Amino acid sequence: MTGLLIAVGVVLLLLALMYNSLIGKRNQVDSVFSTVDVMLKKRYDLIPNLVATVKGYLQHERETLEHLTQLRTQALNSRTDDEKVAINNQIEGPLRQILVAVENYPDLKASQNFLHLQGSLNEVEEQISAARRAFNAAVLQYNNAVQMFPTNIIAGLMSLRQRAFFEVPAEERQPVRIGSFSDGGKK
Amino acid sequence: MKPAEQFQAFYQADLLPHLAPLEERRKRIARQVITAGVVTALVTLVACVVVILLTPDPGFALIPLVVGLILYFVLFARYTRGYVAEFKDSIIGRIVKFVDPNLTYQQNECIPQWVYNQSRIFLTGVDRYRGEDMVRGKVGQTQIQFSELHSQYKTEHTDSKGRRRTQWHTIFKGIFFVADFNKHFHGETVVLPDAAEKLFGRLAQTFQSWNFTRKGDLVRLEDVAFEQRFVVYSDDQVEARYILSPSLMARIMAYAERTGRAIYLSFVASNIYVAITNQKDSFEPKLFSSILDMRLAQEYLEDLMLAVGIVEELNLNLRIWTKQ
Repeated sequence: MTGLLIAVGVVLLLLALMYNSLIGKRNQVDSVFSTVDVMLKKRYDLIPNLVATVKGYLQHERETLEHLTQLRTQALNSRTDDEKVAINNQIEGPLRQILVAVENYPDLKASQNFLHLQGSLNEVEEQISAARRAFNAAVLQYNNAVQMFPTNIIAGLMSLRQRAFFEVPAEERQPVRIGSFSDGGKK
Repeated sequence: MKPAEQFQAFYQADLLPHLAPLEERRKRIARQVITAGVVTALVTLVACVVVILLTPDPGFALIPLVVGLILYFVLFARYTRGYVAEFKDSIIGRIVKFVDPNLTYQQNECIPQWVYNQSRIFLTGVDRYRGEDMVRGKVGQTQIQFSELHSQYKTEHTDSKGRRRTQWHTIFKGIFFVADFNKHFHGETVVLPDAAEKLFGRLAQTFQSWNFTRKGDLVRLEDVAFEQRFVVYSDDQVEARYILSPSLMARIMAYAERTGRAIYLSFVASNIYVAITNQKDSFEPKLFSSILDMRLAQEYLEDLMLAVGIVEELNLNLRIWTKQ
């Protein structure tokens, strides 16, 4: 009888440990996602500044600038995580396009205002990149737990699903870096 | 690093004129040291023989032996002291200026212990802390300082005869480097050589994630080669990745490969700390062989570049973020 009680106790303890570890991993994913979210917001906040600074110069890229402003409004209004991620992936294209276009305007490129903005943008991109990598690492931990035996059984009972990784665009390894600075292949 | 021809020209024009008189002095001192050695050895030998003949226990011969040895070391230190100091000031000081005119050299100073402690690389309590050969200054936009360091802790035990014995153990011996990092951050991130992963593979990560000794959690990075060589702990998962960008990880790997040494890094209080293990005592002059040898000067230069080169190798002058 005592043996049976001990066995039941041990099983319950193991179940509790597995349950807690799964919840811990899920919370870690959520907490890191909120960091990504904060960084993305910082990026939106820079967009109006960027548009205001370059508007006078970039006559040919007027449409791109408008598109960027629209996307920003959409991003601010987005509710679900998936929506946020999708719109942010769209924002990257026009943002890069504008920063590349600036290369053709030496006056603009050298202006204090733009240099300051460029520093802030690089900073935000580097932070976003770090937050994404942290998010993917957390998702990997969580997904492993959801799929691997024996935690997968509990995960099934708790109806925990796998989470999607952040798709890191190919350019991500070289975040938006403008001007003559490049940290790419130099070793 | 400046090209080899430039160093050769510098050696011929700036170093040799100062090395030549020092070489004369070295020869004189070497002669004095050898004479002192022979004389003390003979006197000690005679004293030992006398003691053995006059006392019942040959063990008493140890006394003149110890006295002789001490005497020799005292004489050795007296003869060489001025020479070592002058050599360092004149020769090492000049090589430091050659590497970068903005750097200054202080032979008797070292990285203060509070900086060593602040780095959080070595957590063992220190009982003896020594260092010398401090270099500090600005390389490009990056403020750096480094010196030789040797930190030790002691253990005491009582042997079978009831005598207390103190043993000294090295915590770190090598070059300790500190620089202003090119990004702002608030937390603590430590990068240590990974001994466990080579032995236990993936299982090691599980042990390491329990992390009994350090503040912060294990950081699992996506660079497999880096993960195999280093283990990273941080109190902020996102910040650790903000600091350890894929590019910086590749650069740290390349630096560790090139130097072939155990490298410890930490990122605390917006500084980068690098501890490079080194068994030999760097920046010391030779006494019993010629100092007029360019390879010797080259060796001093290489030891200096081991530390100064970090700025370029880890690209610390890249200031494109908000920290200028």
